[in-house]
Amino acid sequence: MKKGITLDEYKKMDLLRFTTAGSVDDGKSTLIGRLLYDSKSIFEDQYDAIKETSERRGEEGVNFALLTDGLKAEREQGITIDVAYRYFSTPKRKFIIADTPGHIQYTRNMVTGASTANLALILIDARHGIVEQTKRHSFIASLLQIPHIVICINKMDLVDYSEEVYEKIKEDFSAFASKLDVNDIHFVPISALKGDNVVDESQNMPWFKGSTLMYLLENVHIGSDHNLIDCRFPVQFVIRPYQDEYHDYRGYAGRVGGGAFKKGDEVMLLPSGFTTKIAKIDTFEGEVETAFPPMSVTMLLEDNFDLSRGDMIVRENNVPKNSQDLEVMLCWFNDRPLRVKGKYVIKHTTQDAMCIIKEIRYKMDINTLHRNEEDTTVGMNDIARVVIRTTKPLFYDSYRRNRITGSIILVDEGTNETMGAGMII
Amino acid sequence: MKYHLTHLKELEAESIFIFREVAAQFERPVLMFSGGKDSILMTHLARKAFFPAKVPFPLLHVDTGHNFPEAIEYRDRLVTDLGVKLMVGSVQDAIDSGMVVEETGVNASRNGLQIATLLEALEVHKFDAAMGGARRDEEKARAKERFFSHRDEFGQWDPKNQRPELWNIFNGNKNMGEHFRVFPISNWTELDVWQYMLIEGIELPSLYFAHQRECFVRDGVILAKNEFVEMKPTEKAEMMTVRFRTMGDMTCTGATLSEADTLEKIVQEVATTRITERGGRSDDKRSETAMEDRKKKGYF
Repeated sequence: MKKGITLDEYKKMDLLRFTTAGSVDDGKSTLIGRLLYDSKSIFEDQYDAIKETSERRGEEGVNFALLTDGLKAEREQGITIDVAYRYFSTPKRKFIIADTPGHIQYTRNMVTGASTANLALILIDARHGIVEQTKRHSFIASLLQIPHIVICINKMDLVDYSEEVYEKIKEDFSAFASKLDVNDIHFVPISALKGDNVVDESQNMPWFKGSTLMYLLENVHIGSDHNLIDCRFPVQFVIRPYQDEYHDYRGYAGRVGGGAFKKGDEVMLLPSGFTTKIAKIDTFEGEVETAFPPMSVTMLLEDNFDLSRGDMIVRENNVPKNSQDLEVMLCWFNDRPLRVKGKYVIKHTTQDAMCIIKEIRYKMDINTLHRNEEDTTVGMNDIARVVIRTTKPLFYDSYRRNRITGSIILVDEGTNETMGAGMII
Repeated sequence: MKYHLTHLKELEAESIFIFREVAAQFERPVLMFSGGKDSILMTHLARKAFFPAKVPFPLLHVDTGHNFPEAIEYRDRLVTDLGVKLMVGSVQDAIDSGMVVEETGVNASRNGLQIATLLEALEVHKFDAAMGGARRDEEKARAKERFFSHRDEFGQWDPKNQRPELWNIFNGNKNMGEHFRVFPISNWTELDVWQYMLIEGIELPSLYFAHQRECFVRDGVILAKNEFVEMKPTEKAEMMTVRFRTMGDMTCTGATLSEADTLEKIVQEVATTRITERGGRSDDKRSETAMEDRKKKGYF
């Protein structure tokens, strides 16, 4: 039976989004299966269905990968093609897992999964230690500025639950991570298969004094994952009711991208630069005093200015950067390579513009972190630092400071495909 | 906890963002309304997104003609309440005009026939974004859906070639004749939906609450006895206390034995149940990838 979650508990729960990445054999599916199974989030009919399929294929045990690999091609080929989203909850938190494949188009999928994650769960096989893939995952977690990283050293049962093995890997990883831009790293020795330190404390590793994986997931502090300092409100949609009752109503609807806005605050409107005050922050439930990320609200201003989608409401003493020239770390997702001097549609917060790729500074080898300035052909799954010029100025922050106002995507003008995604430096 | 949202408020904020994004990026959006709890949640969130203005798009109901009468009554009341336009695409009309052929036999269902009617309605009215209440936790093929899901000129879904979706940036750019399916409540689970209904005090059709009904059992699924289903000689109808967890055609929507006659009891029941909600849908039981097969053709 699932642990009953009371209504009071439900009203206090928050949401943690995390990403997992891994290859076929590092036990990722087993771990996800274990988290879902132990939190009673797998239903009986789902379990029966995958058990039946596993048996039919002559596999040993129940293959939890079948839970997430839902597409026909994935089931036929035994591979994961795309990011799959899984859900589970405990009385403390609701979790959204973006489960990304380790091999096929790994950069594209990992970057996608990482873009909204609060936490990255990286698996290391205790027998093999840090491998290329570990570095790849860690680099992407750092590039996408995932605030928390949990390193699960898995398959501890196959190394006799050895403390030395664990410490060595931890040391190696810490040395490697010093080259990355990550702040909050946790290590847990686990056996996903046997269940050690996943939900319950392991009896086999008394030397480990840290928390179980589930405890970490439930308790990692996510309250400051959003930028609460720089007030940013990209206008998404203008609400004009055209009803007698709301004759002069002109509301700027959007989702707060940073900082905390309060009624009565002096604000500046971009690009015009006019200043006014917030008359009211409106929602369906009525007025609210404060709006902060990731709230969706409607702002009403004291003076009547013509503000439209793509404009931004900020504080006068804390304005974003404003430029047509951007330095960007770009991840490329398409078969057709990035073209220098090529023109693309650029999407940033709620605005669109055109842009031209001025220069490719270097290509990043994500396995070695080497910067390649000689070979700058940027193809599918490559990551490169580029210089972009836009047709109109964008109001942005560096991605490190704000993931919402610091991110862009590039779209092909002809096919409308999303070609790449970038983090503004 | 000062600047902190509960998970339900965060999900709500995300869905509202998606609704506003659709209104901003598309010319002729439409909300697909089935009368089920997920589409009821959708109308509720859409109302919040545009308040105090009215919801700026019509509702489209693909009517198989095999609906529960309670669902239709509820639909009509809701439409009046919201002050939006309701459009109905009729599967019966499609059958009568010879566009589709009705299945026959005891397991006959009009579920698959909805695809043609839906695609025709989208084409006739030139809708460029059709919003649906599908959730990723419902079914394994839906676990891979995007919020903004691109469809080619034939309305088809290509799951292997979807546009990557990052951060809060949604690419709704398209060519003439193509459209999008948009799923604002992708990240909600069944339990989230029920908890939200309870907290928000949202009224729901009576079918969702435990009631007495004449039912029979087929392949382990409890079906309501009704004029649209042909019963086999071996099948026997009897009175049961049931409720419905999903709402589809009377021909394929299974009931569950339940005593839950209030939202509180339903929340409790959903929190402790061990069977997925679509476990009672015989349309999903046709094959292991029944949902993906239908989705590729344009099912929502």
